[in-house]
This record gives sequence, C-alpha cells and structure tokens, in this order.
Amino acid sequence: MHGFATKTRFFLNETGSLSRFTARFFSVGVKPRYEVKELLAQCYIIGYKSLPLIALTAFIMGLVLTMQLRPSLVVYGVESKLPIMIGIAIVREIGPVITALIFAGKIASSIGAELGSMKVTEQIDAMEVSGTNPYKYLVATRVMAATLMLPVLTVLGDAICLFGAYIGVNMHTVTSYRLFIAQVFQDLTFGDFLPAFIKTFFFGFAVGAIGCYKGYYSSKGTRGVGNSANAAVVLASVMIFVIDLLAVQITDLLGLN
Amino acid sequence: MKAADITEDQEDLNHGEADVRPVIVIEHLYKKFGDLVVLDDFNLVVKREENVVVLGKSGSGKSVLIKCIIGLLKPDKGNILVFDQNIPLLGHDDLDRVRTKVGFLFQGNALYDSMTVRENLEFPLRRHWIDFSQQKVDELVMEALNNVGLPHTVDMMPAELSGGMLKRVALARTLILKPEIILYDEPTTGLDPVTAREIDNLIIRLQKKYHTTSIIISHDMNCVKNTADRVVLLSGGKCYAQGTYPDFEASADENIKQFFE
Repeated sequence: MHGFATKTRFFLNETGSLSRFTARFFSVGVKPRYEVKELLAQCYIIGYKSLPLIALTAFIMGLVLTMQLRPSLVVYGVESKLPIMIGIAIVREIGPVITALIFAGKIASSIGAELGSMKVTEQIDAMEVSGTNPYKYLVATRVMAATLMLPVLTVLGDAICLFGAYIGVNMHTVTSYRLFIAQVFQDLTFGDFLPAFIKTFFFGFAVGAIGCYKGYYSSKGTRGVGNSANAAVVLASVMIFVIDLLAVQITDLLGLN
Repeated sequence: MKAADITEDQEDLNHGEADVRPVIVIEHLYKKFGDLVVLDDFNLVVKREENVVVLGKSGSGKSVLIKCIIGLLKPDKGNILVFDQNIPLLGHDDLDRVRTKVGFLFQGNALYDSMTVRENLEFPLRRHWIDFSQQKVDELVMEALNNVGLPHTVDMMPAELSGGMLKRVALARTLILKPEIILYDEPTTGLDPVTAREIDNLIIRLQKKYHTTSIIISHDMNCVKNTADRVVLLSGGKCYAQGTYPDFEASADENIKQFFE
C-alpha cells in the first residue's frame, strides 16, 4: 500500500512537472528572439537524418502488410480489395503510428541523451551564464523541429509504404503502379487523410517535449543520462498511443470516421 | 592567530581602503537543499580588482555560493549585490545584462562538445553582440585564444584537447566578453601540478591585464597561495575566517591548520 502511494505521488509529480515544462514552450519558446539558425539545424538533424530509417521501415511494413493480408482476402474472394484495404490502413493508422514510434525511438532517445549529457557536464548552466536562455535555445527549437518534421516524415513514409505494398501486390499479380494507386485512392477521402495528418503534429510535439524534458532534468551522472534516454523513449511511445486513442475518439465524435 | 582575529584584521583593511568600491556584497545568505543547510548567514564583501579565494572542504557549499552569485541557484534568504544589483530579485533580462559583466569558469570546463573551439568562443559573442562583423568576431576569438596561448586549437573539437588545454579554452571563452568579475570554480582540480601552476599564472596575468575582480573556489593550497589577495574560509555555511595567505599559514586554528597538513 505504501509503495502504491509512493508510485502514485511520483506519477502525479512527474505529470505536473512535465505539464509545466511543456507549458513553458508556449510562454517562453514562442516569444522573440527566435533561434532560427538552431531551428533549421534541428530540422535537418531531426527530419532529414531520420528519413532513411523511416523510409526503410515504411517500405518493409508496406511489403509485409500486403503479404500477410493477401491470403485472407484470397480465401474470401476479395483479393481485388487489397489495395484499398492497405491504403486505408496505412493512411489512417499504421503510417502515422508506426512512423511516430520509429521517430520516438530515434529522436526522443537522442534528444534525451544529448540534453542529459549537456546537463551533467554543466553545458546547460554555461549556456545560461553566457546570457542564453537554454529553454529557448535547446528545448523550444527541438520541440518545434520535431512537431514540424514528423508530419513531413509521415507523408513520405506513407508514400514509401504504399510503394512497398505495390511491390507486395506485384509478387503475385502483375499490376501497373498507376492502376494500384488508382485503386488505393478509389475510396480514400480527404477525411481519411486529414485527421491522421493532424495527429502527427501532436505526436511530434509529444516526442520532442518528452525527449527534452527527460534530458533537461537528467541527473546522477552517466547512468542518469542512460536512464533519461530510455525513459524518454518509453514515455514518448506510451504518449503516442494515448494521443492516438484521444484522436480516434475526437474524430469519432466529429463524425469523421 | 585565531579565525576571529583574521576576520577583524580584514575588516580593518576594508575600512582603511574606503575609496575602493565593493563590486560584490553578500549579506546574510542562506541556502538549504532539503534538510541540509549549506549556507547559513554567509557574508562577504569583494572589492574591485581583488582576488578572493574561497577555501573550504568538499561539500562545504563553495560551488553553491558562486552559483548563487551568478544566479544559477536562488538563495532561500539574503542579498547578493553585484554592481549594486540584487541578483536574487532580478528578472531574466536584467540578470542577463549583469551576466555580461560576470564570467564563470566551470570546474568541468563545460565546453560545448558538439562545437569547435571557435564556435565555443563565438557563442557568447553572437548572443550579446549580434551586429559584430565576422571579421570582428574572428579578431576577438583569436585575441582570447592568444591570451591563453592556444591560437592553433581554433578549429579543433574539445574532445581533441588535453585537460590543461580544455581549461585554457574554457578560460578564453570566459574572457571573451571582457567580464569585470570572474568566478572560478576549482580551476586547478584534476590537473597535474605543472599545468595547475600554469593555470594559476594565467589567472594572475589575465587579472592584471584586464583588471578583473575574481572569486576563486579552491581547496588546492598551491592555487590559494599563488592567486589569493585574500582567503575566506567557508565552514559550517558561514564565513569562518578571512585574511591573507600568510595569516592563514600562521594560524593556530584547527579548522585552518588542517588545510596545510
């Protein structure tokens, strides 16, 4: 009972602390002076450098998903529906969520470790002493870059995933890419794409904010840095599912499903 | 000589040199972490161009003291007047303005390890003097590196430098804004005696060149001997004693004697 109370208190403290940390983004991070150079550098690191990993996993996911779905559809005689099923699954759910999870694994851990090591080696203090707001320079830029880059990566990932699916379809039947795409978009509407696209901004924000939070409050030397990186990935991954759940409920309430 | 005697002597010295304005005045400083009281009614006055060494055992609150002075930590009670500005009461922008006049040399150097030496030195310049041309920035960077005898390291990464070189580069970064006060957090810790002596000499030479006021945190007695105009012993969270190095060396007080054993 005592352990449960301690864990509950810890959970509530962490939630409050993370909320305050995130709220600072809107009070401090969005005010001038803007760290445009650092933001662009972070967009390059967080976005461009994540692209090969996202592309590879998206391609494999599209290919494997097609190969796994096809036998079941053949049994029911609806093999022709394979492209549209894959299209809906990728655009509405699998693309955004899997891309966000891969992104969380790469970016939340790297931000957590980077800021954590800066914290324990007093580099963040040095920045503050030199008259730079470390929250604005380090945190706001990374959170903003993650928020902006994940939607872009998701769209690219969706496209590459569909290409993987096309290869999967062509392993059994000969279909032109134009026909495949036409079939995929036959029943897909803007209402399928838009809510999925919007939630990726929230996924990106959560990944950036949690990675920064865990790194910024890292302690206990090098072990603390490792713990921060690990905790950042776990918490960001859980948060992606929580946001996804909320997003589904909201789109359902709005009648977009 | 007893601790109290040393303190009284120093007070006489302060009163005798009334024309020398204090740049740092610390009054009734109190800071605790949880139940651990680190600073308990600590008082100190530092005059312009004075080198004050704060001596104390590990964990006695020396680093906490200078972090309170620079505003990295907020004291629970007390005033810290730097150039007549009360640091604990300053807002972020005002604190930044004071910080342009106060340099801080970190114990672990705190160089940005993802940046070259040039970028490390440019960083504070670019934050405060946005309008400087690249040529002017380059001149200031090279001047700072020449001051510490390391112009050839300008395009190297911190990971490529030795401990002594890192300390010098960190000192160059501290000096680049031409601060009027420099706070040194254990500048010779972890260095071999020869390099430590070189750092001591560098501190003295730069102090004379730029007429800076310094607070040096140390428990390295060679550093204390080489750099101190005045020594302050921090013990039990209070200013236990203060005086010159010879005063301390001659003291019969057990708390002071143990640093010379």
